[in-house]
Amino acid sequence: MTRLDPQPGEAIDRAKTITFTFDGKPVSAFEGDTIGSALYAEGRRIFSRSFKYHRRRGLMCCAGHCPNCLVAVDGAPGVRACTEPARQDARVEHLNASPSLEFDAMAVTDAVGGPFTPPGFYYKTFIRPRRLWPVYEWVLRHAAGLGRLPKAQPERAWRTEYRRRHADVLVVGGGHAGLTAAIAAAQLGADVVLADDGQEPGGRLLWEGGHDQARELAQRAHTVGVEVLSSASVLGYFDGLVPIWQGDTLHQVRAAQHIFATGAIEQPLVFEGNDLPGVMLSGGARRLASLYSVAPGSRAVIATTSDRGIRAALSLHDAGVQVLAVADLRPSPSRAAERLASKRIEALHGWSVIAAHGKHAVKSVVLGPVGVPGTGRRELECDLVVVSGGEAPATSLITQAGGRTRYDADRGHFRLDGLPPGVWAAGEVAGEGAHQLSAVSGELAGRSAAHALGLGEDRSTTRRSELRSRIDKREPVVEAVPPAAAGQPGGKAFACFCEDVTAKDIHRAVQEGYDSIELCKRFTTVTMGPCQGRMCQLPAIRLMASETGQDLETVGTTTARPPWSTVPMGALAGRPIEPAKRSAIHRRHRELGATIRWAGDWQRAYDYGDPEGEAVAVHAAAGLIDVSTLGKLLVRGPQAGMFLDRLYPNRLSNLAPGRVRYGVLTSDAGRIMDDGTIGRIDEQTFYVTTTSSGAGAVEQWFSWWLADWRLDVHLSDVTQALCAVNLAGPRARDILARLTDEDLAPETFTYLDARQARVAGVPCLLLRIGFVGELGYEIHFPAAYGEDLWDAILAAGAPEGIRPFGLEPQRILRLQKQHIIVGQDTDSESTPYGAGMPWAVKLDKDEAFIGKWALARVAEEPAQTALVGFTLQNGYVPTEGAVILDERGVAAGQVTSARRSRQLDRVIGMAWVPATLANPGDAITIADNGTRVVGSVVTDPFHDPQGELLRS
Amino acid sequence: MSFVLTCPHCGVREVADFAFGGEVTPRPQQTPSLRELCEYNYFRHNVAGVQREWWYHRSGCRAWFQAERDTRTNEVVRVALPGEL
Repeated sequence: MTRLDPQPGEAIDRAKTITFTFDGKPVSAFEGDTIGSALYAEGRRIFSRSFKYHRRRGLMCCAGHCPNCLVAVDGAPGVRACTEPARQDARVEHLNASPSLEFDAMAVTDAVGGPFTPPGFYYKTFIRPRRLWPVYEWVLRHAAGLGRLPKAQPERAWRTEYRRRHADVLVVGGGHAGLTAAIAAAQLGADVVLADDGQEPGGRLLWEGGHDQARELAQRAHTVGVEVLSSASVLGYFDGLVPIWQGDTLHQVRAAQHIFATGAIEQPLVFEGNDLPGVMLSGGARRLASLYSVAPGSRAVIATTSDRGIRAALSLHDAGVQVLAVADLRPSPSRAAERLASKRIEALHGWSVIAAHGKHAVKSVVLGPVGVPGTGRRELECDLVVVSGGEAPATSLITQAGGRTRYDADRGHFRLDGLPPGVWAAGEVAGEGAHQLSAVSGELAGRSAAHALGLGEDRSTTRRSELRSRIDKREPVVEAVPPAAAGQPGGKAFACFCEDVTAKDIHRAVQEGYDSIELCKRFTTVTMGPCQGRMCQLPAIRLMASETGQDLETVGTTTARPPWSTVPMGALAGRPIEPAKRSAIHRRHRELGATIRWAGDWQRAYDYGDPEGEAVAVHAAAGLIDVSTLGKLLVRGPQAGMFLDRLYPNRLSNLAPGRVRYGVLTSDAGRIMDDGTIGRIDEQTFYVTTTSSGAGAVEQWFSWWLADWRLDVHLSDVTQALCAVNLAGPRARDILARLTDEDLAPETFTYLDARQARVAGVPCLLLRIGFVGELGYEIHFPAAYGEDLWDAILAAGAPEGIRPFGLEPQRILRLQKQHIIVGQDTDSESTPYGAGMPWAVKLDKDEAFIGKWALARVAEEPAQTALVGFTLQNGYVPTEGAVILDERGVAAGQVTSARRSRQLDRVIGMAWVPATLANPGDAITIADNGTRVVGSVVTDPFHDPQGELLRS
Repeated sequence: MSFVLTCPHCGVREVADFAFGGEVTPRPQQTPSLRELCEYNYFRHNVAGVQREWWYHRSGCRAWFQAERDTRTNEVVRVALPGEL
């Protein structure tokens, strides 16, 4: 590879070489090179093929703005080679060309496609015949896109961390102005974060000869305590929250004051052939030469609207590039132009590029006077055309933050015109970036931000006025406003390089009636590509102004939206966290080979391989189920009873210590929210259980009312501190008796009693309740003993043939008793009356409870639907959700639960049916996805209707 | 939609740390008419302006508190534990 002599401030370390591969072939680079600079140094000129026409594209901006250098690195597409550091053994591949960049079969669309694929072609062509649509779709989808992602990504290659950072001042942009602003604010005592997308801070200083100054400023920033984030992309401004993507971290920064020193983006010129490899922005050419010591070409022609291009010409000349001519669009020479003469570089004033010619790359360029058609053309052979078509202030983030812009006819761009409080702009983005002015502008912004926070003394007010007047007295920049397009270009003068939109396309769009900038954007897709308008927004507006005859202020800009910088979806998706809650006994379930399934946030044992058999075992002898997921709340205090009386529709303050009661929790609209048991431990202590999925909501509900009523009650959520198991079956008492000294005799420990006792040495709360319909004890105990107590009970019950049972057999068992599951058998409109539990509501209670008023009204009205049980004779198990039809055949209810019960040798279920069909024996018609069956209503529990087994 | 909220116990946090509890709606003192009951249960004022509302610090101390927030700008004017506003 050929490099220039060492350039002052070059970023490469010639002592350290790196090798990576490009399309399988090895490429050597120096440490500090980018993928793009290394490839260019080796002689590569074609870096990609354009999106639609597959035209050859080469490096243009070298700043990460344009789409021309997009490649895939180690399988990840969408990487800009011009800014991505070269890494040892990186696997770099081209995008959007097959079989190769040099020979791309799809380039046929450039040759013949033009008339067939204008903007919006998909609205007009490839529509008929309709039966070929799948073919068109397949072809177009495969032709579109830039790069391929693997369909299955088994393991996340990298994880993103989130970081929340609250700061006094956030500075976006670490160039001259940004660094100065950050330092000024920090010196006055502000906590400052600075985000810059370069490898090291300094911005243009690094390649315009100010690298020493850049390093000195960066050092000073560190010294005064500025947090500098490098290689950091600011994504947008969301109501004061600014996400910044940096490697594996997404910083979410919230600052009191924002300073935007985002600079201005150099603009291309619109002329025939302006996308050929070899046509480069002046910043791109200078970066290649200064940072990477790579000659951007050997024979160069420059076209410029300001002194920027002249400085580029001089610096390229000094680096050894032959500069043939400088076409300066300004009619009169500036002072800087005099230096061209001393280097014997021809300057043409009032001239511009009319066209660039070449097939694979630029071979020659045609220059001519601006705005004068036809005459005075000159063609020069060259391999590099350097353009500087003006600068567009990078105001996207500022306008997202509420700033406004206005067209400046002198500069030919949209400049800032009004900032909201708390938002400051410094440097080139504010039009205050001419060499020495950046530091003045930055210092003023930094001081202003600090002052707005109350930092800094009166002396600093004087300083700020000084800075302000220096800025106000600045010399205006003399710049030419380029024409919308050079001459009358044919079809290859590009306004948008990302989407292959030409000047002619914009002309056509306006002709078709898309004559506002927002409509034209959506129709042509201009500004919608990877550059997001950096290269093409201003040229597009100029073309529209020229087409419609409106001035640019009237045409206006499109709305700036995030993300401003490219960000992978994975960075926004964050970590694939799916927190699973597991009971302390979970390991035992896995060891027993349980089928583990999600139940809300919990991982639960669904069955142990034989759900129907497990259910039968509970009837035959005994079963053990882990119900640790139940919500558990301790409600304590002198007013605990009153508190619960107000929350539940039934009476709880009259519950005797050592007794348990079932309660349904209702809202103030009388709707069922949750259900559970309330046990009284002593005078002031109640133990409330809730459904597993409702635990959080009930705790929130209880604590909300407590906050409002401010009763003398203390609430403790012990859901995860305690385990709970249910030992159920006719032999449950015998088994339990082996583990405890507590008197379990039926007369002493009756149904709905609550006792504290030691079981297998573990301190427990025993509740004699019966969700599953057999004699049973729900045992609550500290979670640390989970496995021990589980083991002890199973061991004690082995002689009886005790079996563990899971969620599914529990469902069958409770269905046999018609015990409801809130949320499955009820919905957000169900009341205790409709659900067949009028006994759960005590309207004559003294305490005015939540839902009383609504339930009083519901009690008076006849119900339209009712929740009942039903059986089916033919063995068909309806789907939960199947529709119940009324006499007219209209949908009037639904099946909420259905199972086949081996114990009862029947299909049983529960459903909401019209009230007229809610009597025992009534026939109900179930329509289940095309099948119709007739069931028979059963209002008493299917198994042990009188509850004798429960009470035994 | 993002702003900060000051929990009376824990201090300043991102709004995502909290759960919104709705407008502070006074509960009827005596048995309400059907209209009053439905308004209480279902209707909200939904003002474009300063609104008094409930917040629950679900990712922190789990306290319920009230805030006065301008729904147009998300500027939080005051926060206080219940009974102090």
